[in-house]
Amino acid sequence: MSASQSQTQAQRQGPGPAPDIPERHAPPRHALLSRTADNLFWLARLIERADFLARIIEATQRLAALPQAYGGTGTEWESALVSSGAAEAFHAEQATADEASVIEFLAFSPKNPSSIRSCIELARTNARSVRTALTVEMWDAVNGAWLELKRFEAALGLSQPSRSDRLARFLDFVKETSLRFDGSVYRTMLRNDAYWFSRLGLYIERADNTARILDVKYHVLLPETETIGGSLDYFQWAAILRAVSALTAYHWVYRENIRPWLIADLLILRPEMPLSLRASYNSVVEILDAIAKAYGRQGQAQRQARTALARLANTTIDQVFQTGLHEFITAFIGDNTRLGLAISEQYLV
Amino acid sequence: MGFASTCDEERQARLSLGEWAVDGKPSFFDEMTRDGGLARPPYQRLARWLETAPTELLASRRSQAELLFRRIGITFAVYGDKEATERLIPFDIVPRIISRSEWTKLEAGLVQRVKAINLFLADIYGARDILRAGILPADLVLRNPQFRPEMVGRRIPHGVYVHIAGIDIVRIGESDFYVLEDNARTPSGVSYMLENREVMMRLFSELFALHRVAPVENYADILLATLRSVAPRTSNADPVAVLLTPGIYNSAYYEHSFLADKLGIELVEGRDLFVRDDIVFMRTTEGPKRVDVIYRRIDDDFLDPLAFRPDSALGVPGLLSAYQEGNVTLANAVGTGVADDKAIYTYMPEIIRFYLGEEAILGNVPTYRCREPDTLKYVLAHLGELVVKEVNGSGGYGMLVGPHATRGQIEAFERKLNNDPANFIAQPTLALSTCPTSLESGIAPRHVDLRPFVLTGSQGVTVVPGGLTRVAMTEGSLVVNSSQGGGTKDTWVIDDLPAGSA
Repeated sequence: MSASQSQTQAQRQGPGPAPDIPERHAPPRHALLSRTADNLFWLARLIERADFLARIIEATQRLAALPQAYGGTGTEWESALVSSGAAEAFHAEQATADEASVIEFLAFSPKNPSSIRSCIELARTNARSVRTALTVEMWDAVNGAWLELKRFEAALGLSQPSRSDRLARFLDFVKETSLRFDGSVYRTMLRNDAYWFSRLGLYIERADNTARILDVKYHVLLPETETIGGSLDYFQWAAILRAVSALTAYHWVYRENIRPWLIADLLILRPEMPLSLRASYNSVVEILDAIAKAYGRQGQAQRQARTALARLANTTIDQVFQTGLHEFITAFIGDNTRLGLAISEQYLV
Repeated sequence: MGFASTCDEERQARLSLGEWAVDGKPSFFDEMTRDGGLARPPYQRLARWLETAPTELLASRRSQAELLFRRIGITFAVYGDKEATERLIPFDIVPRIISRSEWTKLEAGLVQRVKAINLFLADIYGARDILRAGILPADLVLRNPQFRPEMVGRRIPHGVYVHIAGIDIVRIGESDFYVLEDNARTPSGVSYMLENREVMMRLFSELFALHRVAPVENYADILLATLRSVAPRTSNADPVAVLLTPGIYNSAYYEHSFLADKLGIELVEGRDLFVRDDIVFMRTTEGPKRVDVIYRRIDDDFLDPLAFRPDSALGVPGLLSAYQEGNVTLANAVGTGVADDKAIYTYMPEIIRFYLGEEAILGNVPTYRCREPDTLKYVLAHLGELVVKEVNGSGGYGMLVGPHATRGQIEAFERKLNNDPANFIAQPTLALSTCPTSLESGIAPRHVDLRPFVLTGSQGVTVVPGGLTRVAMTEGSLVVNSSQGGGTKDTWVIDDLPAGSA
C-alpha cells in the first residue's frame, strides 16, 4: 500500500484501535465455465482485430494517395489485404483490389468473417452469450458498437462524398470502441480468471496483428534499402508506424529520424512500446503465470509462452536481421498461433 | 352445463356471465378512478401527482425509460417475427398500485394455491390418493401429455416440485381477484419485475417519496436461498447451483442472464454440463466441477436427449438418470406441466380442498371444459363471445379472442375444437380491470393482469410483494402477453394510507 493511501485510510478511520474483525472462511472461488472463458478470450480478440483493421485502412488510404515519386506503388490496397490476412478470401470473389472493393471487404462485408462488421457482430453475439461475465460497462461498449454499426449501415447507400465522410467517422468510431472496451475491461472487471482470459485474448491478437504488419512490410525495413538523405520508403515507414499508432512513440524513444531497423526494434523488441511483440508477450506470460498460480498447476501454454518471451528478451535487432527478419517474424506468427491453440486446449474446451 | 368453477354458492351466483363479459357497453373496474371521478384510496397520491404533472414531463420520463431499457439490453426475441428478433417490451411509467390489505389476502391465496399444487404433484407421482378419491378423472392426469411416467414413484429432493411458480391474477372488481392461469413449468417475467423497479426508482424518486413501497430487490436472494435449500442430501455443505438456458436465441435469454447475474450463479448451456456415473458436472477452466441444483429454463422435452426428444441439442445426455438417482435437483421438477394444464386448472378449487381442507382463497375464472360434449356444444355456439385456449398453450399463442376475431379465425377454431375438443377450454371474455397508462395522447386506462412469483423451498413458501403487471397497450385490447404486443408496469404494494390523509 502506498503512503498516500494509508494516510487517507487513517484519516477516514480516525484514531483508535482497529475493530476486531471476525475470522472468516475464504469464500469459495467462482468456477469459470470453459465456454465463458473462451468467449471472453475471443471477445477481446475480435475487438482488437476490428481496431487493427480500422488502422490498416486509414494507413493505406494515406499511402495510396501518394504520387509515385514519393513511393506510391499502386499496390497498397493489395498489401492491406495481405497484412490483414484477407487476401485469399478476397480473391476468391474478385480479381482487382482497388480502394472501394478492399474497404468494402475489410470494413463492411458480411461475407468476410474478419471484416470489421463481422468482428463487431460476432463480438456482440459472444458478449450476449456471456452477459453475466461482463460488467455493464463492457456490455455497453460492445452493444453500443453494434447499435452504431446498425445505424451506419442504415445510412449507407448515400452519395460518394458523404460516404467517405462517414467512413472516416466510422473508422474513428471503431477505434473509440476498442479504447472504450479495453478501458472498461481494465477499469471495471474483477481481477480474477475471467479478466485474465480476456486480457490473454487481447495480447495474443495484438501480437499477431503487429507481426502481420511487419511481415508484409519487412522488405522496406531491410537495412540495404536505406538511402542517405531521405528515402522513397519514408512514407511506407511512417505508414507502418501510423498503423500501430506509434509515430509519436518512435520519436520519443529514439529521438531521431525514422530508420527502418529502429522501426523493427520498436515493434519487435521494445518492452515499453505497448503494441510490440515483446510487450505483448510480457503480458501474456504474466497472465498465464497468474492463472497457473490461482489454479495451482501449469501446463503447455505456460511453457510455450515463456520460451517465446525468452527469445524476444534475449535477442538484439542486429541478431534478428542476421537470421533474417522475414524468417524471424514467420516463426513468431507460427509460435503465436500454436500458443493460442495450447491455451484453448488447456482451458477453453 | 355450467361453470366448472366451484366457488361457494354466493360467489357462484355473482358470476353470471353479464358481470364477466364484455358486452354492449362495457364497464370495467378502474383501479385508480371510481365512478364519479374520485380516486380510490391507494391511488390518491398518485392521482394528484398525475393531475399536476406537465405532459412534457411524462413524455420526457417515457423516453428516458426507453433509453435506459435499451442500453441495459432488455430485449425480447419474438417468435415468428424475424424482422425484429430483438424488440423492446413496452414499459409504462405509471405504477400499478395495490394496497397492503389487498396484498395480504392475495398473498394468502397464492401460498395456499402453490402448496396445494406441490401436494398434488407429489400425490399423482406417488400414492394417487386424489385419483382414488375420484376428485378428478384419472385419464385427465395419466393421459396428459405433460404427465411424465419417468417420475412415477421417484422421490425428489425435499418433495418440492414447483420451486418457482408464476400465478396469473386478474382483477374484476373492488375485492374480486381471480386466478387466470397457473404457470408451474418455467414461468418468466421476473426480470421485468426487478428492472421495472430499478428504472422507476431512478426516474421517479419524487413518487417514491410519497409512498411506502414494499421492496422487491431481495427476490434474487430469496430465490438463491430457495434453490440451495433443496439441494440433494448427498451434495456438499456448500451446494453449487447453476441456471440452465437454451441459449441466446431463446426469447427469454435476457432474463436468464439477468437472473444468473443477480443470483451469482453460472449461466450454463447444455454443452457446458456432462454426466458421469450419474453425477452432473460442468466444464470449467479448472476441470470438471460438480453441480447440485439446476434452475432450468428448458422444457422437459429438451432436458435430456437420451430420455426425451433425441433431437434436442439443448439438453444434457444422462441428466434424467442422474436426477432419478437423486444426485441433482431440478427446479422446477420434471413433470410439473400437468399441474398448470388448463384442464386441470378447472379442478384447482377441489384440489385445494382435498389436500388442505380449506376453501380456495382465490377463485378460478369460470371455465368451460370442451372435453364435455354438452359444454362443447355451448362453446361452439358462442365462439364470438368467448376466449378459447389450448390446454397446454402458453404465451398467448394458439388462442382465440372471440369478440376480436375475424370470421375466418372463428371458423378455424370451430374445426380445431371439433377435431380435438379435449385440447381446449373456453372462458368468458374477461372484464379485466384497467389502470392509468401513460401514452403519447395522455393518460388513459388500459387493461392489466398481474403475475406474482411464488417461491417454495424446503422451509416453506415465499412471495415477494407485487409481481409483474402486464398491460395491453392497445385501447380496448385484453391480450396482455408480451409476445402479442403487451407491455409491463412496475407494481407497488404500498402501506394503506390512513383515511383522509391524502
